[in-house]
Amino acid sequence: MGSELEKIRGFLRAHGKPEREVYLDLENSGWVPPQVVEAMLPYFNKYGYGHPSITNRRGWEALEALIEAREYIAHSIGARPSELVFTHSGTEANNLAILGAATANKNKGRKILISAVEHYSVMLPANELANHGFKVVQIPVDSEGIVDLEMLASLVDEDTVLVSIQHVNHEIGSIQPLRSIVEIIRDKNKSTIIHTDAVDAYTKISLDVERLGVDLLSLSSHKILGPKGAGALYIREGTKINRILYGALSTQQYWPGVENVPAIVGFHKASHLALEFMEDHVRYMQSLRDKLLEGIIERVDKVLINGPTGNKRVADNVNVSFLYVEGEALTVELSLRGIYVSSGSACTSRILEPSHVLLAIGRKHEEAHGSILFKVSRYHKPSDIDYVLKQLPQAVRRLRFLSPLKT
Amino acid sequence: MSTRIPLPYSPKVLELFRNPRNAGSMEDATVKATTGSLACGDMIAMYLKIDDAKEVVLKASFESYGCAANIAAASILTEMVKGKTLHEAWNISWKEVSDELGGLPIIKYHCSILAVGALKRAIRKYYRHRGLRPGWLPEKPTKEELQAVEEEKFIERLYGRASEGKLDEGNRSRS
Repeated sequence: MGSELEKIRGFLRAHGKPEREVYLDLENSGWVPPQVVEAMLPYFNKYGYGHPSITNRRGWEALEALIEAREYIAHSIGARPSELVFTHSGTEANNLAILGAATANKNKGRKILISAVEHYSVMLPANELANHGFKVVQIPVDSEGIVDLEMLASLVDEDTVLVSIQHVNHEIGSIQPLRSIVEIIRDKNKSTIIHTDAVDAYTKISLDVERLGVDLLSLSSHKILGPKGAGALYIREGTKINRILYGALSTQQYWPGVENVPAIVGFHKASHLALEFMEDHVRYMQSLRDKLLEGIIERVDKVLINGPTGNKRVADNVNVSFLYVEGEALTVELSLRGIYVSSGSACTSRILEPSHVLLAIGRKHEEAHGSILFKVSRYHKPSDIDYVLKQLPQAVRRLRFLSPLKT
Repeated sequence: MSTRIPLPYSPKVLELFRNPRNAGSMEDATVKATTGSLACGDMIAMYLKIDDAKEVVLKASFESYGCAANIAAASILTEMVKGKTLHEAWNISWKEVSDELGGLPIIKYHCSILAVGALKRAIRKYYRHRGLRPGWLPEKPTKEELQAVEEEKFIERLYGRASEGKLDEGNRSRS
């Protein structure tokens, strides 16, 4: 039967490298543009590979890079550099926000509100707090994934210590009306801490923590074509927060251990590349998004669009359910054709349940099982979308042919 | 998205996914049985053509709505039963199906259980229609049949829980 290693090697050989490849799984991770790699490389072995809080030249070089990155990224969201903490991922930023803010402010209340479509790195730490004296309530969303504002208003009370609502949904691309959300919360309770997971918003919509009025905001490097291994949390000055990890002191108050300087340098470069001409990039991604979405509807029958259309949807997200097709099988079929995507099907998950986001917007299990998530970028070409639109109907047709559910 | 683990499929699974043997319904099938459901995201229909006198499977085919492992498991089983007596076919275990596929990842065991469940259901149905019950055919449902029923019921419980909005990972794991 062979080891896992032999199996995956044999599998890759059998899969082969398709002649044409279009990578659209940018929700889960992605490539890094060459300029980002170039910016990072010297920090592995030329300079700045020391520890940024130690007093020698290699350390000071690392510190310089760290300060540059912190200044740039903080300013890009309208924050002060002192308000930004680097973590090693978006997951860590969200964990620090939820666990750190709730436990540091439990004298203010014990109720935590999160939306029903949060990423697991918000939902699971919140659920963990429910085992430690906090009460966690999920705010329902409508069929487009937008938080029910009336319900929110009725749920915020004196006891509400923390509200966490993502800015853009990671699966279905819904853009939350965050300013209205913040106003509603402040109106009911001025001392409630407000967190937003903005990892899928950053570089796709303009962010300004002053305008938004949030206290905590999470970012992630690999969601913006930066390297894996870097994330950040904005912490508004004066917001009380507890550390959640303990270790040797670093340059940062809230995050111990050596900063991942090469990844942070890459994060900085990736932010810069994406933000420099952001409006043009966004318009371009919107055109690819709509080309893909409209093309699918034109060419494949029995499909459902998951999430909103138009301005309420983020520029890079396309999520479609192909009915009577199981999503994992479709990801494999598309992979063989060189198209790399993911699915919210139960079969792609360890727990064998479909995406909680799709269930929260009212999709039935059988509709969620056939969902496919595509994310476009400024690097994709219209011809990439044409290739997907050519292959996709054939892929769906083949799997529907195998199905006992004749349509 | 949901929590994931890598799925190290064997090359055999990919080969059968690409070119499934005995795919499609069977016009002249003696018996057909189905396991799973649309809501589970897992469904296998098994068709058998049986020689009544010899009680031998002449040919088998399948239809599958499910993941790559599901399609491969159903396909390999239609190959495995060909030419076997119904008694021999009955004795094929889900583990043998998994082994034949080069070993399924643990979370995909249920795919081969579902395939074997469909086969067992078809054999039972065949004898029920003929009004027979051979000595080797157990009265009580086997593990695979029970698990197929379990999976079909599982979805009803899920729908209940989803509407309560308590979908955290802790209470979602299934054994």
